[in-house]
Amino acid sequence: MSERSFVINEAGRKVPSIVNGQAQVPYKGVGKHRPTGRKYGVPIATCADYPADGNKLLPNLKEALLKAGLKNGMTLSTHHHFRDGDVIAQLVFEIAAELGIKDLIWAPSASFPCHKPIIEHLLNGVIHHIEGSMNSSLGTFCSEGKMSGVGVLRSHGGRYQAIQDGELHIDIAIIAAPAADTFGNANGLNGPAACGQLGYALADAEYADCVIVVTDNLVPFPCMPMEIKGNNVDYTVLVEQVGIPEKIMSGTTKVTKSPDRLLLAELTARFCDEAKLIHDGFSYQAGAGGTALAISDYFSKSLTQKNLKARFAHGGSNASLVRMLEEGVLDYILDDQAFDLAGIQSIAQNSNHINTSPFNSYNYHGKGNFSSLLDVVILGATEVDVDFNANVVTHSDGLLAHGIGGWQNCLFGKCVILPVPLFRNRIPVVRDQVTTLCGPGELIDVVVTERGIAINPRRQDLLAAVKGSSLPIKPIEELKEIAEKICGKPADLSPTGDVTAIVKWVDGTVLDVVWRVG
Amino acid sequence: MTNTITAGNRGQHARGDCFVSFEPAASGKLDIEINSSVQQLYGNTIKNLAHQVFGLFGLTSGRVLIEDTGALDFVLAARIEACITQAIETKKSFLGEMLQENCYSSQKNRMRLSRLYLPGNSPKMMINAGVHQPNAIILDLEDSVAVSKKREARFLVRNALRQIDFLGAERMVRINQLPMGLDDLPQVIPHNVHVILIPKCESAETVHQINQEIARINAADKTEREVFLMPIIESSKGIFNAAEIAGSADNIVAITIGLEDFTADIGVKRTFEGTESFYARSHLVNICKCHNIQAIDSVFSDVGNMDALAQTIRHSKSIGFEGMGCIHPRQIPIIHAGYSPDPADIDKAKKIVLAFDEATKNGLGVVSLGSKMIDPPVVERAQQTIDQAVTLNILSENWRAENV
Repeated sequence: MSERSFVINEAGRKVPSIVNGQAQVPYKGVGKHRPTGRKYGVPIATCADYPADGNKLLPNLKEALLKAGLKNGMTLSTHHHFRDGDVIAQLVFEIAAELGIKDLIWAPSASFPCHKPIIEHLLNGVIHHIEGSMNSSLGTFCSEGKMSGVGVLRSHGGRYQAIQDGELHIDIAIIAAPAADTFGNANGLNGPAACGQLGYALADAEYADCVIVVTDNLVPFPCMPMEIKGNNVDYTVLVEQVGIPEKIMSGTTKVTKSPDRLLLAELTARFCDEAKLIHDGFSYQAGAGGTALAISDYFSKSLTQKNLKARFAHGGSNASLVRMLEEGVLDYILDDQAFDLAGIQSIAQNSNHINTSPFNSYNYHGKGNFSSLLDVVILGATEVDVDFNANVVTHSDGLLAHGIGGWQNCLFGKCVILPVPLFRNRIPVVRDQVTTLCGPGELIDVVVTERGIAINPRRQDLLAAVKGSSLPIKPIEELKEIAEKICGKPADLSPTGDVTAIVKWVDGTVLDVVWRVG
Repeated sequence: MTNTITAGNRGQHARGDCFVSFEPAASGKLDIEINSSVQQLYGNTIKNLAHQVFGLFGLTSGRVLIEDTGALDFVLAARIEACITQAIETKKSFLGEMLQENCYSSQKNRMRLSRLYLPGNSPKMMINAGVHQPNAIILDLEDSVAVSKKREARFLVRNALRQIDFLGAERMVRINQLPMGLDDLPQVIPHNVHVILIPKCESAETVHQINQEIARINAADKTEREVFLMPIIESSKGIFNAAEIAGSADNIVAITIGLEDFTADIGVKRTFEGTESFYARSHLVNICKCHNIQAIDSVFSDVGNMDALAQTIRHSKSIGFEGMGCIHPRQIPIIHAGYSPDPADIDKAKKIVLAFDEATKNGLGVVSLGSKMIDPPVVERAQQTIDQAVTLNILSENWRAENV
């Protein structure tokens, strides 16, 4: 890796000022970066260049990529609507490899274990680097310093912001859709690979130079609802399969059976009750993952018992959220992605189950977004430090393992709670300093562990609200000490000095670095 | 090839555990290799600990491989010691520091609504057992430990007693059926165990043997440790001899029944209604009440069905049982709620205790409530209900003041 210059950003983290040849703005603090200028503009298209009969169907994806002008160094985007059942991203890069294309940038909205074959294309030079999330084997590959370029990690809102602001220019967007017509109108509601919404592809449809819609379920015009508008689409392609249905359902949609996690859920719900956060007209972020689902169930019970109604939940929708909507405990689900079949059916049929996108929910460079309206936000973390800073992408040994998702964006909720185990397989979760900073402590209000609840001293109101309750409220330093007493003090791992990826903040500034693991 | 000695667990399900292989050698250095999921953060810590343990036993040669999935020190030390003691005869033990937090004592009549069973050779369930706030934890050396693992489990249970903070739960160990159970005792008695559970107890003789061994261990250490006993009746013979067992020693604090084995012994199926064991259970309750000890019900094995558990507890409480064993932490709150006094009981108990206070204040020998005379045992029972309600946090300690 070439020599770089580093600066210390407002969070005290050492970050590079140039990444992959692009100048970067270091993180300046929450709400401090004010970009000027205008949004990115796509080239003007004309109907004269498109078939008047609306039929943009090409025989196969290879031909579509060729027509799109695929060449070395381009940025290609795909999306994670099929989660671990995606087959299209792998296909795109197989074609690129076959055509001898090099140095591409892959900009997925998220990656999953199914994307492991992409490593081959990173090794053989077809892909230069990834701008998106890198999970499991891709994360390991990246943090071992094996990627040619530097990875860029963004939140869902950050991805929308980067595309809209022109920071992330997409040459070709390949949008896999469960239903589409030959004009390019598409949605995620019907077909063998039905997944609910296609919201993560909206920015790409609007701002990419060239848009290809790929489907295995071609319907006659008009494909309704037209979540992706054919007016933005250059080519359509019919393939045998866009996604593997049984893998589309996320594995994180079952309420946990782990007694320790259920205890965390119960403590979190009790905290919300005692702090009087649950009220009529209440709103919350319903996350994926067993603990978040269990908490949602507790909220539902608490609301029912008190004869209260939640105004809206922001999803991640799933069967239990849909049940709340149908039972009238909840007025609206504002939903970026459906996690199970019940969620998919509900969004297709229930007019109070609203399809929202990262633009509505998370984009920080807009005129407001939904996440700051949430009363309670429940999120996970791999680490939290004594200043309430949190990490969600790397493990304590420095290995990149998870994407940011909507996590950073949701930090703007009114009360952000992290229910986390105090330690995982010997490794303390509450630490002196997080390995990788993903969320500034000033936005994180409460850390719930099985051995105590820490409230951010900035939130004197919350501390006062639960004073005198039977909840085990403790200073966060004490939680750290308990963890170290049980696990022993972990070794200090000093950074290697080689940047493998950067973590972007919601405004496009550089918050921290994922260093190569030693 | 030299003989390789192993201890511990590895594989998919072995989280927070380790597997130690040791190839003793007559000469050469001691080569310790660590292969750990926490290599970066704790690799050196693990290696240092291993050297300490080998050093204590005077072993300086051989090859050691520790395959670790995030084991805490007490687990690592137990596994290494279990390996070493297969290679050499020794009277030494590697004892980690006894946590100050673990030095509390118990009382004969303390509340035992819930007792959480923890498999004696599985560290991962032990570590957070206390946070679920059972009245007691049971480190189990008997049925949950495979025959081939009995030996190494003793080291793990011993170390757990010293180094896991069970956050105030009563500390129990279920030993093996005698005679093997007698060999378990030296590994647990010196480490502040409060209660020994005696499986498949059928006679007073079993209780005597255990008390003799405890006395021998105490005498050898020149200390007097108070250890309580809880026999588990699991056969028709045990039920038949329940009175003899209950009266066999002063340190028996409770008797419980194991219905899986009992129903097998009498040749019937265990049903949800429990008609087949009604006599045995009712008989046991009667014997316990007669000896002023607690009657504790059998565990409920369908961990997924909380409604059925609650229903079973209602019946169990109605025939006189005062608590139940549990095999999953989520059963604990259901058990606590189920065996707790209900609001009507507490209300009545409050009135009785207040009437007693009033009578005492006025120097009256007779307590009366309205037109009814209250007998001393009724007052005592009311006080117990109040104490229990306070302990369970369903009644304020200052209820008298708040009652005004």
